[in-house]
Amino acid sequence: MHPVVKLVAQRLVLSTLLLLAASVLIFAGTTILPGDVAQSILGQSATPESLANLREELGMNDPAVTRYFNWLFAALQGDLGTALTNGRDIAESVGQRLSNTLFLAFWAAIISVPLAILLGLVAVRYKDRWPDKLISAVTLASISIPEFLIGYLLMFFLAVQLGWFPSIAMINDDMGLLQKLQSIALPVMVLTLVVLAHMMRMTRAAILNVMQSAYVETAELKGLSGFQVIYRHAFPNAIAPIVNVVMINLAYLVVGVVVIEVVFVYPGMGQYLVDHVSKRDVPVVQACGLIFAAVYIFLNMIADIVSILANPRLRHPK
Amino acid sequence: MSDPLLKVRDLKIGATVYPPGEKPHDIEIVHGVSFDLAPGKVLGLIGESGAGKSTIGLASMAYGRGGVKITGGEVWVNGRDILKSPLKDIRNLRGAEVTYVSQSAAASFNPAKKIMDQVVEAAVEQKKFGRKEAEERARTLFSKLGLPDPNNIGERYPHQVSGGQLQRCMTALALCPEPDLVVFDEPTTALDVTTQIDVLMAIKEAIRDTGVAALYITHDLAVVAQVSDDIMVLRMGDMVEYGHTDQIINHPKEDYTKALVSVRSIEHEEKQPTPEPVLSVQNITARYKGLNFDVLKNVTVDLHPGQTLAVVGESGSGKSTLARVITGLLPPSDGQIDFAGRTLSRDLAGRTREDLRELQMIYQMADVAMNPRQTVGTIIGRPLEFYFNIRGSEKRKRIIELLDEIELGEKFIDRYPAELSGGQKQRVCIARSLAAKPKMIICDEVTSALDPLVADGILKLLLDLQKIEDVAYLFITHDLATVRAISDSIAVMYQGKVQRYGSKSEVLSPPFDDYTDLLLSSVPEMKLGWLEEVVAHRKMESAGN
Repeated sequence: MHPVVKLVAQRLVLSTLLLLAASVLIFAGTTILPGDVAQSILGQSATPESLANLREELGMNDPAVTRYFNWLFAALQGDLGTALTNGRDIAESVGQRLSNTLFLAFWAAIISVPLAILLGLVAVRYKDRWPDKLISAVTLASISIPEFLIGYLLMFFLAVQLGWFPSIAMINDDMGLLQKLQSIALPVMVLTLVVLAHMMRMTRAAILNVMQSAYVETAELKGLSGFQVIYRHAFPNAIAPIVNVVMINLAYLVVGVVVIEVVFVYPGMGQYLVDHVSKRDVPVVQACGLIFAAVYIFLNMIADIVSILANPRLRHPK
Repeated sequence: MSDPLLKVRDLKIGATVYPPGEKPHDIEIVHGVSFDLAPGKVLGLIGESGAGKSTIGLASMAYGRGGVKITGGEVWVNGRDILKSPLKDIRNLRGAEVTYVSQSAAASFNPAKKIMDQVVEAAVEQKKFGRKEAEERARTLFSKLGLPDPNNIGERYPHQVSGGQLQRCMTALALCPEPDLVVFDEPTTALDVTTQIDVLMAIKEAIRDTGVAALYITHDLAVVAQVSDDIMVLRMGDMVEYGHTDQIINHPKEDYTKALVSVRSIEHEEKQPTPEPVLSVQNITARYKGLNFDVLKNVTVDLHPGQTLAVVGESGSGKSTLARVITGLLPPSDGQIDFAGRTLSRDLAGRTREDLRELQMIYQMADVAMNPRQTVGTIIGRPLEFYFNIRGSEKRKRIIELLDEIELGEKFIDRYPAELSGGQKQRVCIARSLAAKPKMIICDEVTSALDPLVADGILKLLLDLQKIEDVAYLFITHDLATVRAISDSIAVMYQGKVQRYGSKSEVLSPPFDDYTDLLLSSVPEMKLGWLEEVVAHRKMESAGN
């Protein structure tokens, strides 16, 4: 078997195992939380009988292992259960929320990833000169300011003062793509500013590391220009570390946007999760946890696979 | 006489240094060197490390490696001073008029790109040839340089061809744009001797056939004597001697050149084997985890007390693996090792402290074998504490004795490894192994990373210490001159087997087996025309068969 196929298959199996382990942790974590779901649904005035009935109904008297497997098999079939607070099907509510979150993450990624890599390349080309210093200063400043503050600042200037964009990022199915984009422009900008620095710094560091190599000297001695040396000879050998940090940031764009969604009242997963954590709605928290874990593991698996494919020694064995 | 292609006048080169504990400052590393190179001629630049020879070579492309800067003088290529040219003109010169072959082709090829893409890149980029034409030229060069399957080898990635082949690809890369001058920077140093001879001949023929001029940089005078018309001897950034190859090799004027020519003057009388060997390796077979072949096959050798067994072979012959098996780092799959009258445990965990003490090791890279944050005194003192529990003033006294034995002396006791030269570092490593009062020391390529004169000093020291301490050496090396200088018995290894084994006089006297013959005849001799003689001799033999 080709070694790449073997390695990729290994990653797939490992990722699946990891996801299973994560599901155990999520389930265990929500199970040992103090408090009683039945109590929180029925309130303080509930009678012992009604509490016992509800516990029976929710299957809470079964052993934890049984409940875990019931929950897992249902989740595998797409049934995430029903929310305790409003009795709605979780899969259905999550579906809409998740697609909103992915929509936001997608556009933030489309802008931030190429921009970060481009800025990284420019920073390497003009290392220790003013373009490098300017790029580092601006991106590091933007990562140092708390994201909610950037959010409110942009909202104040671009939405309130100039009126270019709406201050609240509401979207629904009736809107066209352009309308939607205008609506999410501000959160996309904030997210871009938040993830840009990390990816750009890593791109710069990874390429600078490769720039020490003898083959970069060979390229310089062929009379290639600075940018040719960087994008033809240095960049292809720096892909693995860059892809890793890009994937971590993409994962952040999906699972870490809680604050931004709250600031812009965006109807995504983050808000949904926060709402239901405060209401102690365990099935929703479990479902969200599982989805976030899956996204994280999936993106990191992609990073691993791309790193494997980027290695010519694995792609073309002797 | 025609105008020189390359004219260097009073070239001065500086660099920024970062000595430990001091502020970084600029120093001059080449102090005004001048020479001419006519079209189609080869000039050898020779010297030890730090002589500035690579720096001068790169200066002919107006390039400074790392923090190196050209601070003065003139470099004229094809009638213009490139040090005064704008960067754009210099770029047009690099890869077109002047090209470069580096010491390590393995590191100088981009691992992510096909060989062909890299070989034709400069020629295409500099608009010397179209892509198709350049590829055609590359294939012709591959064939001329004796590469296997010249029509398809370019489609491979660098890791898919051997080191010697890659070095030839690098030569093709340099010749592809049809340059006027090629800078060869130690192009065969990293190769095995039997590979070196082929690459050397390929380079020489390529130079002759294309009529290109060359700067040939090396530390090996015997190699440069085979390819160059003129030789310049450099030392610490100064020119020592400059003349025709014949004059430098056969009638050197300066003392330093004489020392370089006559290096390896060590005489060592072969000792007779004793009845009882200190180390007896019996039928050892070993393989690494994950490999499907044995790296050592049924290896049997003896080492006698106070004597030296040289284990010689090329890379991949299994000689370093033998050291790993003897030290217990790699448990063998079969066989037995007797040491000092007892049978050693196969793996390290089963060895006693006495086993560890009596069997010491010295490594090729002295600087990575020492903790950079420990002083020389701490490094040498550690085995004294560990094996003998010697402490305090007694320990200090013993450390100073050891420092005297390795000819460094007490003043080195508080220095850090970074403050030592390469040869001094290796001496400290020798002292550390002697501190354990071992019966035997495994020396793994201990002089390979050192300049010839320094290496000579280390070998002399090892021989003197052997007389005083009565210690046996298992000396692993690929260098046959070293083997001649120090050994009492020799084991020639080839593909994991002991090809030839016996006393020095037996192993080095005919009749030879084919491999030993090839190995011995491949060692460059300080003699003009040696390369042609050997190659002609081999052609005749293969024609006769």
